[in-house]
Amino acid sequence: MLDLLWLVPVIPFIGFLILTLTFGKLPQLAAGIVGAGSIGLSFVFAFLAGSSFLGAEISSYSQTLWTWMSVGDLEVGFTLYLDGVSLVMMYVITGIGFLIHVYATGYMSGDPSFARFFSYMNLFVSAMLILVLADNLALLFMGWEGVGLCSYLLIGFWYKDPNNGYCARKAFVMTRVGDAFMAIGLFTLFVSTGTLNIQEAMLEAEAQWVVGSGVATAVTLLLLGGAVGKSAQLPLQTWLPDAMAGPTPISALIHAATMVTAGVYLIARTHVLYLLAPEVQYLVGVIGAITLLMAGFTALTQSDIKKVLAFSTVSQIGYMFLALGVGAWSSAIFHLMTHAFFKALLFLTAGSIILAMHHEQDIFKMGGLRKDLRWSHALFLIGTLGLVAFPGFSGFFSKEEILASAMENHDGGYILYLAGLLGAVMTYLYSFRLYFLVFYGKKTHDGHEVMGLHLQGPLVLLAIGAVFAGFIHIPVEGVFPEMEEHHPSVMAQAAMILLPMLGGLLAWWVFVKGKVDTEKLAGQGFGAKLHRFWFTQWGMDWLYDKIIVTPYTWLAEVNKNDFIDSIYNGSARAVRFCHEVMSETQTGQLRWYAISIAYGLLLLVVLGVLL
Amino acid sequence: MEMPTVTMQVIPMEHGLLLAAILFIMGMVGVLTRRNLVFILMSLEIMLNATGLAFIVASSHWGQVDGQIMFLMILSLAAAEVAVALGLVLQLFQKRKTLDINVLGEMKG
Amino acid sequence: MSILFYGSAIIAVLATLLVITRTNIVHALLYFIVSLLAIAVIFYTLGAPFAAALEIIVYAGAIMVMFLFVVMMLNLGQVTQDQEKAWLTPSVWIGPSIMAVPLLGAVIYAINLNQEQMAHTVVGGKEIGVALFGPYVLAVELASMLLLAGLVGAYHLARK
Repeated sequence: MLDLLWLVPVIPFIGFLILTLTFGKLPQLAAGIVGAGSIGLSFVFAFLAGSSFLGAEISSYSQTLWTWMSVGDLEVGFTLYLDGVSLVMMYVITGIGFLIHVYATGYMSGDPSFARFFSYMNLFVSAMLILVLADNLALLFMGWEGVGLCSYLLIGFWYKDPNNGYCARKAFVMTRVGDAFMAIGLFTLFVSTGTLNIQEAMLEAEAQWVVGSGVATAVTLLLLGGAVGKSAQLPLQTWLPDAMAGPTPISALIHAATMVTAGVYLIARTHVLYLLAPEVQYLVGVIGAITLLMAGFTALTQSDIKKVLAFSTVSQIGYMFLALGVGAWSSAIFHLMTHAFFKALLFLTAGSIILAMHHEQDIFKMGGLRKDLRWSHALFLIGTLGLVAFPGFSGFFSKEEILASAMENHDGGYILYLAGLLGAVMTYLYSFRLYFLVFYGKKTHDGHEVMGLHLQGPLVLLAIGAVFAGFIHIPVEGVFPEMEEHHPSVMAQAAMILLPMLGGLLAWWVFVKGKVDTEKLAGQGFGAKLHRFWFTQWGMDWLYDKIIVTPYTWLAEVNKNDFIDSIYNGSARAVRFCHEVMSETQTGQLRWYAISIAYGLLLLVVLGVLL
Repeated sequence: MEMPTVTMQVIPMEHGLLLAAILFIMGMVGVLTRRNLVFILMSLEIMLNATGLAFIVASSHWGQVDGQIMFLMILSLAAAEVAVALGLVLQLFQKRKTLDINVLGEMKG
Repeated sequence: MSILFYGSAIIAVLATLLVITRTNIVHALLYFIVSLLAIAVIFYTLGAPFAAALEIIVYAGAIMVMFLFVVMMLNLGQVTQDQEKAWLTPSVWIGPSIMAVPLLGAVIYAINLNQEQMAHTVVGGKEIGVALFGPYVLAVELASMLLLAGLVGAYHLARK
């Protein structure tokens, strides 16, 4: 069964080919079956291959399809590599991906470009699977670029609105900046270790590199650059909220469950390199901490339901980076899995709410929808409880692991732990703010729940996962170094669990009881300034505009008539000048022509005499 | 009756050709300077005549008859050309009432 | 003989100069006839009496007379003369003179490259006649065709 592994990324690709080569002419039902069915089929094969793998009790499995490049010392094969981590990722991508695809057949029904949507989605899933199953960094990079491309295509899916194109370009360009760093990192790694095969490179690096040496720092820093781009962490996080311009299912799949976790996956995969560069590992944690706080504050001020969830995603990925920073590799992967469940659930439920409210996304225009949207209410509540890590839900287990690790590994002081704790409080605060604003309070607009098996079915399954996924034990023993069991004291555990709930209580106090006038607080003086500062992502868009965009456009403007252009323009101008001069000689006057004949005669005679 | 062969005094050929050149150039200057069509035709005749002179000088130099035959041809050419040209001038004058060549030229630049 | 040659040469040059500078058409024509006569004399001094005779008869006698007839038919009167005076400003001569002088210089230089003497024999009418009926009979026929064409053309063009 294990040799069926190659089918897992290939089947979605075949789905993509079918949907593309029929030029979108397939009827909606057929396109839906091909689109969602290919992922379902891929999930079946993933399950079969995975259970064989787990049953065989081996630590890793490689399957080479063909040799991609063989140049000099570089040998790159199209090789799929299965171990615990990639197994988890594969299940998440195909399983949750399948559920999201089924939901999308309901959400996108009636859209004229239905088939195009599913072709892009299938290509995305195929690329993502190549990314996680890649044995070497070149193949991983190919999957990396592939998901970047599909992200661009899907964010700008409704291309007729230029704003969507702008958001798609922003996402693509920002991740591209990260990709450039990553590429340089790959080159450096190859030069240093002589191979791009991940496992071999890590062995080589362990043998050759000194802990904390320049090459280790350089390579890990560059790979980190690529990771922060794809995972929307500081400083490249501003594209994710704008990516919400795309349809909700892709926000769920790409920007919650899979693509943005690619950075986390990359760092987890190459963890040996990071162990050899402790400062960079600490930097990873610091980036995670800062991002989770910044995103948390920003999520508190947003009014678009999808944007709140987007910033929440940025914040949760910050938690994963935090975990990687303190060396809790398996906790990061675990949190990745549980986050995929409840974030996908939240996004898809938000999609249902948006559909029910006739494409209204502003939460201040919603309110008191508990009774109208019963299903959405229940599902959203489950997702929220998962997000805030309420005891018993999946998010609880993963987040507590991370916080415990942060407390134990306090090389840089307790600052990371405190940041994580504060972040947990913020998570309660903004999540319950969102929940209360949508479902409680005074009802201003009516909502009509949109029902359907494809819409409700996947959501229920995701909800079950959001509740029970915490009990799954991910099989990553063989991959990551042994970690001691964390047994924080009861006091510490109680603090970790109960303190964040204060955030929830505060949210209830403010938004349900209405004891604090939020309008006044955010509308005047210092409160207004703070509100605006947090709303605009701590001024990051403005900052980037000032330091990168404006100088670049100025430079392009100044260089408008550059020297290469002047060569071409100059030759055109010279020819035109000659033409103008020559046309002066055609006056149409007889005497002029006679004179020119005479002068010609003179010239010839003189030449004849002289030569 | 045989004509007595008279020995002519030696005249260098350059002088003859020089004369022909001067006349030719003067004719060309006349063509370029004058605006009246009849004058232009007349200057053309000067040029043709100068060419004929050059031929005669050459035939005298070599002592052969071919140059004079050539002169004969040029003469008949000039006659035919003048006849046709003057006919055209007449017609043109009747139609356009002017002989200014600047006005008569209908070519566009 | 050489006196005759050089004298006639000077007369011819002066007469031609006057031809191109006159404003009255008829005066110009008459000066041209003078020039032609001088050139005929030159022909004679060069030992081509037949050509001289032809020059006078055909060129001065027929062609120039044709010119005169046409001028009379055109009836260009005082108006034309004034026009010519207006057109013939000194500045008009500059351009062509600039061209003429180097041309003259070049031709003189070219001529002086070979120092040749001229022959002495007189080529009379008899030789010409023999040549015309001998090697050049075709040329004669062609010339006559040319004249025919000229005749027909002139006749047709001159009709009202």
